Amino acid sequence: MRISRRILAGLATASLAVTATSCGGGGTSGSFDDTVTVGILHSLSGTMAISESTLVDTEKMAIEEINAAGGVTVGGKSYKIEYIVEDGASDWPTFAEKSKKLIDQDGVPVVFGGWTSASRKAMLPVYESKDAFLYYPIQYEAQECSNNIFYTGATPNQQSEPATDFMYKRSPAAGGDFFLVGSDYVFPRTSNTITKAQVAQLGGKVVGEDYLPLGNTEVAPIISKIKKALPEGGIIINTLNGDQNVAFFKQIQDAGITPSTGYYVMNYSIAEEEISTIGPEFLEGHYGAWNYMMSIDTPASKKFAASFKARWGDDRVVADPQESAYNMVYLWKQAVEDAGTFDDNAVREALVGQTFDAPQGPVEVMPNHHLSQTVRIGEINAEGGFTILEETGVVLPQAWNQKHPSSKGFACDWTDPSKGEKYKL
Amino acid sequence: MELLLDSLFNGVAIGSVLLVAALGLAIVFGLMGVINLAHGELMMLGAYTTYVTQLIFKLPILKPFYNSYIIVSIFLAFIVSGVVGILLEKTIIRKLYGSPLETLLATWGVSLILQQFVRSVPLAYGTGLVISLIIGLFLPTTFPSKIKESINFKYFKFSSWILAALTGVLTGSVISSSVSKLSRASARNVDVTAPSWMRGQIEIIGTAFPKTRLMIIVITLISVIAITLFLNQSAWGMRIRAVTQNRQMSDCLGISTEKVDIITFGIGSGLAGVAGVAVSLLGSVGPNVGGNYIVGCFMVVVLGGVGNLLGTVLASFGIGIMTDLIGAGRLLSIWPDMPLPLSNTINFFATTSMARVMIFALIVIFLQFKPTGLFPQKGRMVEN
Repeated sequence: MRISRRILAGLATASLAVTATSCGGGGTSGSFDDTVTVGILHSLSGTMAISESTLVDTEKMAIEEINAAGGVTVGGKSYKIEYIVEDGASDWPTFAEKSKKLIDQDGVPVVFGGWTSASRKAMLPVYESKDAFLYYPIQYEAQECSNNIFYTGATPNQQSEPATDFMYKRSPAAGGDFFLVGSDYVFPRTSNTITKAQVAQLGGKVVGEDYLPLGNTEVAPIISKIKKALPEGGIIINTLNGDQNVAFFKQIQDAGITPSTGYYVMNYSIAEEEISTIGPEFLEGHYGAWNYMMSIDTPASKKFAASFKARWGDDRVVADPQESAYNMVYLWKQAVEDAGTFDDNAVREALVGQTFDAPQGPVEVMPNHHLSQTVRIGEINAEGGFTILEETGVVLPQAWNQKHPSSKGFACDWTDPSKGEKYKL
Repeated sequence: MELLLDSLFNGVAIGSVLLVAALGLAIVFGLMGVINLAHGELMMLGAYTTYVTQLIFKLPILKPFYNSYIIVSIFLAFIVSGVVGILLEKTIIRKLYGSPLETLLATWGVSLILQQFVRSVPLAYGTGLVISLIIGLFLPTTFPSKIKESINFKYFKFSSWILAALTGVLTGSVISSSVSKLSRASARNVDVTAPSWMRGQIEIIGTAFPKTRLMIIVITLISVIAITLFLNQSAWGMRIRAVTQNRQMSDCLGISTEKVDIITFGIGSGLAGVAGVAVSLLGSVGPNVGGNYIVGCFMVVVLGGVGNLLGTVLASFGIGIMTDLIGAGRLLSIWPDMPLPLSNTINFFATTSMARVMIFALIVIFLQFKPTGLFPQKGRMVEN
């Protein structure tokens, strides 16, 4: 008994020490009236660390930029933003636990965090039960609309739908048959259900579909199926995750499935960061669809890329998820200033309708807590970037997808109490 | 005919990846009975060795030989993983023989340490550390026996470790200053690019085969042949088999069982390194690469019958061919107009995820009837 108590005490001290060291920011600078501490919650260890740590870097950069420009001004007082970074450790229950800690113990007014849908689903009940607010920056499968989450990534109609349309109507493989490949979890399966409905509407044909269990890199059976289903080439929609893309592209190239033989792959999870890991030599001539691409030739985009490189190193790249993470920090700041308080409910109300001149172009917060965004289709080039081929106008987000059979005809509106999470159009 | 050839090739290709990965485990688990959960991480070290070799061969001095780096890395990977395996045996596993649960936990811990090691140590210094280990472990064994028997041998041993450490630090910093990609620690996955002569396809009898797959099949065949010859023809091979069959009796007859254990474990680990080279050609190289294969490895060894190489070979090709038959829905193309319920069932299982479920189910059913695998081991030890 005595020993276990001693261990407990040791653990408590250790965790205190960790908390103390994980506090960012530093002391209150003389030019600010006060400080406000926000929470950053991403995986800094485990499989997702590689991707999620880039978001932490971006969020820190956005906070530093805001502080350098005078911080957040609320009720005539200027606040310096400080942050507590917590590690979700690529483990979904840990995300929920750390969320509780940030809300209850640290009392942060807002948490920026998450990457995988699994982590968001784990955190959602925490934020709903405590009526706190989570900002989530990743393109995802939608079919969700929480009053306590603000989604700054693309919904399927802001990424996959314009991409499918492009592939079927205007790509070199236009009019061809579709083959869908993805990792075996919720995003690829939902996304492909939507794509199948859309291809049917367009009058095309989906000739095959396969899912690779997470962690599996044996693509040989999928390759034989692609060759059987698309003997003369065609369109492949790829929603594989992380490393599995490396295995997929290495092996399909060896098997002769390349743009030069008539196979064009449209990717929903490959951004600049992933291109450099997989190697442009395997990806050249294939496609990607995103809201932000580093090659966007506007001052806002260039400034974003340049300040990220200046802050974190010349060899770093910025990609769509980072841009979303960057936007959400600024949108939160604007909403707080408009609301004149850090109080969740007031900020939530002030948030809808906020506009921001983002690196991708203007974005606006819609009543369903998602962003209106611009969609771009790019061809992957030998330099490891995208050559932008098409750009849509501003596309409104659909929290409930209008092509998915289970959500057709529904929408979400949190500004109208009679509508809420899911109402019939 | 073409279909059959294609299917057979695919099955053999999938099977040979399984086989090369499981071969080392078949030795360590099969012959020694050690449940080595760090086997996957020894594969990972082999894969990282390939990556480091590739970058070193891009240096101006070695550039002309770049195309042969993959061959060199096979030998280097064998040595690197073998040495780490020997160290593992000497420090941890030796103390745990006969207690499988503790071995399981300890090797699981080692696997986590190795994963974190490649995440947080720059590869250049990792290479230096491995070089120190190789020198430190092998230099003393090369001393003439006169020195070995002298009472001052421990000083010689000590000084050779100092020499090893210095060489390691030196190579580490040389590599770190000449190859910038290796000078910083990174958790990011890296990529091995096959040399140009290994990319693309070869046409044989009207069917195109990917060259990397052929290369993996060749690596696997050579490893299997080499290990079979070693076990059956060499003196050490005989000793290993003797210890496997009856440890006490072999000990009484003057076989150094301690040395046999080191050699067996070293070879098993070295083969894991070779497997690492093979898998680096298929996907990316990262800290988790080994974990993806470990379950498959144990499955193959158990199905084949613990302690039997022929069983391991047949089991991996069997699983490979079944994966392709079920996963790619081959039966439908062989017999296109089968009755509807049957074709629906086959279609249902014709995805990678479901094929895996099906194969595991089949293996479970098979083990109900033959719980000791395809070729159960016979002998005094087993009967006990």
